[in-house]
Amino acid sequence: MIPIIILIPAAFFCLYRALQGPSIADRAIAVDMMGVVFSAITALVALQYQLSYLLDLSIALAVIAFIGALALAKYLEGRSLDD
Amino acid sequence: MISALALLSLWLGVIFVLLGALGLARFPDIYNRMQAATKCVTLGVCGIMLGVFLKTGFSALGIKALICALFILITVPVSSHALARGSLIAGVKLWKGTIKDKFTEDRGGKSIIEEEK
Repeated sequence: MIPIIILIPAAFFCLYRALQGPSIADRAIAVDMMGVVFSAITALVALQYQLSYLLDLSIALAVIAFIGALALAKYLEGRSLDD
Repeated sequence: MISALALLSLWLGVIFVLLGALGLARFPDIYNRMQAATKCVTLGVCGIMLGVFLKTGFSALGIKALICALFILITVPVSSHALARGSLIAGVKLWKGTIKDKFTEDRGGKSIIEEEK
C-alpha cells in the first residue's frame, strides 16, 4: 500500500509539468511519463488485491502513451501522419 | 530470499520513479527534463514490474508484469528519442548553460542555444 501512496506525488509532478511546460514537447513528454507512472500504479494495485486482469490495463496504458508520444513527435518534425 | 529480493527491487523502482518525476518538474530546459524523466522512469517502472513478477512467480500476474516490463523497456526510449529529435527540428531553444549543439551544427544550421540576457 505504501508504494502506491509514494507514487502519487510522482504523477502530480508530471501533471505540474504538463500544465506549466513552456513548449509542446514539454507537455508531450510529461503526458507520456504520466501514462507510464499510471501503468506502474495499476500494476501495484493489481499486486495488492491479486487481480491479474488489471495488468492488461497497465499494458494498454503503456501502449497508448507510446503511440501518443510518437504521433506528437511526428507533428513536431513537421511531417504528416502517413508520411 | 526471493521475497526480500522482490521487496528490494520494488522499493528501488518506486524511489527511481519519484526522483525522475521530480527531475521532470525541476530541471531548466526540455532536454534536461527528458534526460531525467525517461531514464529514471524506465528503470524504475521495470524495477516495479520485476518486483511484481518476483513476488507472484509464474502466475498470470507475474507473466503479464514481465511482458509489460519488456514493452516499457523497448518503447519509452524510442518515444523519448523521437520527441527530442522533433523538438530540436521544431526549434525549441536549448538552455543558456549548454556548451555544444552538435546536432544542429552537423545539419549545417545555426546553433539554437538560448541567448544570455
